[in-house]
Amino acid sequence: MSSIPVSRESALPKGRALSFWRRLRAGEELAYTITLTAAAAMLLITALIVYVLFSQSALSRAKFGWGFLTSSTWDPVAGDFGALPFIYGTVVTSILALLIAIPLGLGSAVFLAELATPKISNALTFLIELLAAVPSVIYGLIGIFVLVPILEQSVVPVLKTAFGALPIFQGPFYGVSVFSAGIVLSVMIVPFIISVSREVLLAVARDQREASLALGASQWQTVWRVVIPNASTGIMGSIFLALARALGETMAVTMVIGNTPQIKASLLAPGYSIAAAIANQFTEATGDLYLSALIELGLVLFGVTFVLNGLARILILSTTKGGHA
Amino acid sequence: MKPSYLQKKIVNYLMFTLTGICAAVSVGILFFILGYLVYNGGKSLNLSFFTKLPVPVGEVGGGMANAIVGSAKVLLLATCIGIPIGFLGGVYLSEYSRKSVAFVIRYTTDLLNGVPSIVIGIVVYGLVVHPMKHFSTFAGGVALGIMMIPISVRSTEEFLLAVPVSLREAALAVGAPKWKAIVTVVIPAAMRGIISGTMLDIARVAGETAPLLFTALGNQFWSPGWNQPSATLPVMIYTYAISPYEDWHRQAWAAGFILLTLVLLINVLARVALSKGIYVPRG
Repeated sequence: MSSIPVSRESALPKGRALSFWRRLRAGEELAYTITLTAAAAMLLITALIVYVLFSQSALSRAKFGWGFLTSSTWDPVAGDFGALPFIYGTVVTSILALLIAIPLGLGSAVFLAELATPKISNALTFLIELLAAVPSVIYGLIGIFVLVPILEQSVVPVLKTAFGALPIFQGPFYGVSVFSAGIVLSVMIVPFIISVSREVLLAVARDQREASLALGASQWQTVWRVVIPNASTGIMGSIFLALARALGETMAVTMVIGNTPQIKASLLAPGYSIAAAIANQFTEATGDLYLSALIELGLVLFGVTFVLNGLARILILSTTKGGHA
Repeated sequence: MKPSYLQKKIVNYLMFTLTGICAAVSVGILFFILGYLVYNGGKSLNLSFFTKLPVPVGEVGGGMANAIVGSAKVLLLATCIGIPIGFLGGVYLSEYSRKSVAFVIRYTTDLLNGVPSIVIGIVVYGLVVHPMKHFSTFAGGVALGIMMIPISVRSTEEFLLAVPVSLREAALAVGAPKWKAIVTVVIPAAMRGIISGTMLDIARVAGETAPLLFTALGNQFWSPGWNQPSATLPVMIYTYAISPYEDWHRQAWAAGFILLTLVLLINVLARVALSKGIYVPRG
């Protein structure tokens, strides 16, 4: 809208101060400055986040250096901190969540964009947006009291008899585990994959579909070989966006992951995630180094999600052409 | 070998059935969650939940009156901080900014929106709690307020951009200065959208727990004023759910039921209000 000429009281050129005063009285300069300040607050807040995380983690960064990321000892008593168990837990739960959420989300998005009539599609999208609005602590509540018992009684015994030989399904299962956290996470990120992918699929040009159908391809072949490849960049974007959500998710994971800082091959063993570690230990942290190490965990989390989100937005923007994400 | 016509048809039918099942499962999850909360929450809900303070462990009964008030206070403060800044920023993006500047700010806003909420908690701890030396309702409000800003910027901008250019031109043509055109013509035209966007924004942060853990902390009692730790519904749900006590679990379900009802109700209302406008924005 910036192309619209701004009508200002034509100030008589009697010095810059006077003309500025006139424009100020006309309200234009004032409105501009106020809104600009508010918009600049975005940059300021982002800078502030980086600054606080960086400066407050100085102690830990100075002491452990890059070794912080590769050490697996987390011993608050001895004052020795390494982030590896948390990074491992975060990455494994997120990958597990993606493995479940990508097929489910993409399948739903294809249904909503290609098959369902607009009315049904809009109604279902509305419900899925409601699902995205459910607070994470509610997912945690359902996770502890509903999902974990179901996994314990029926899912895990079946998995164990079927795939018990695999290292990822060995060892006892106490309910709270990396596996449970991954499943809760997958449910939480599905709505994001669906709503962004649906938008991206709908943005694929109609001629592309028609050309494929005219060549004798079935509707599914059209979707699989034409529409999805055309939308693949945006779909990748939606997956990155979902991954960033999964990595930073705190409450639901904290409630079902078991909160044990260990690296086990088995998914059935309890673990710990970066966000969960911060949530659980922050108020109990005694000593500056402990607190500083936790803030450095926050810095790691911030850095990773920032990069992922940045990539995701670019991918989505490049397919929907100016659409929002 | 090329697939026969029949094969093609079968695959077509099969795959689309599968996508239909995916959609049904995804939507089914919502009803699964709703069902459990209505059943367990409804069972545990009673009048004292709204009127009484939490009781010590071992005593049965009590309520979460302080958490309900605490949440309301934190949300009020967050709205007072987040919405004005977000609104004005959105006005700048839609009405004043040049393309390149707009891109940078929009991009930063989206990134800010994706910052994990627990990180916002740490930052507000560093900026507010640490210098003030105590947890407070105020710090909780600041944390949620920061989370509200980026969402508000984007929704305000989107609704303002949806206002036809001809309206702006008409206002300018009768001699209104630009700011007057924005204030008296453009913003009123987008008002319904902006208010709905604000409601969605409040609903989104209403359930946030992580940033409150070390800003507002929690409290078993009333928290007068703004400078003391305060109980909030989401944090109460969390602490009660992970506790080993049966009666606390009951209360967690009741609180979860109330929270989810509120959040979903606001969402439905806001989205219905939006769909009745002249345009149907998404997101």
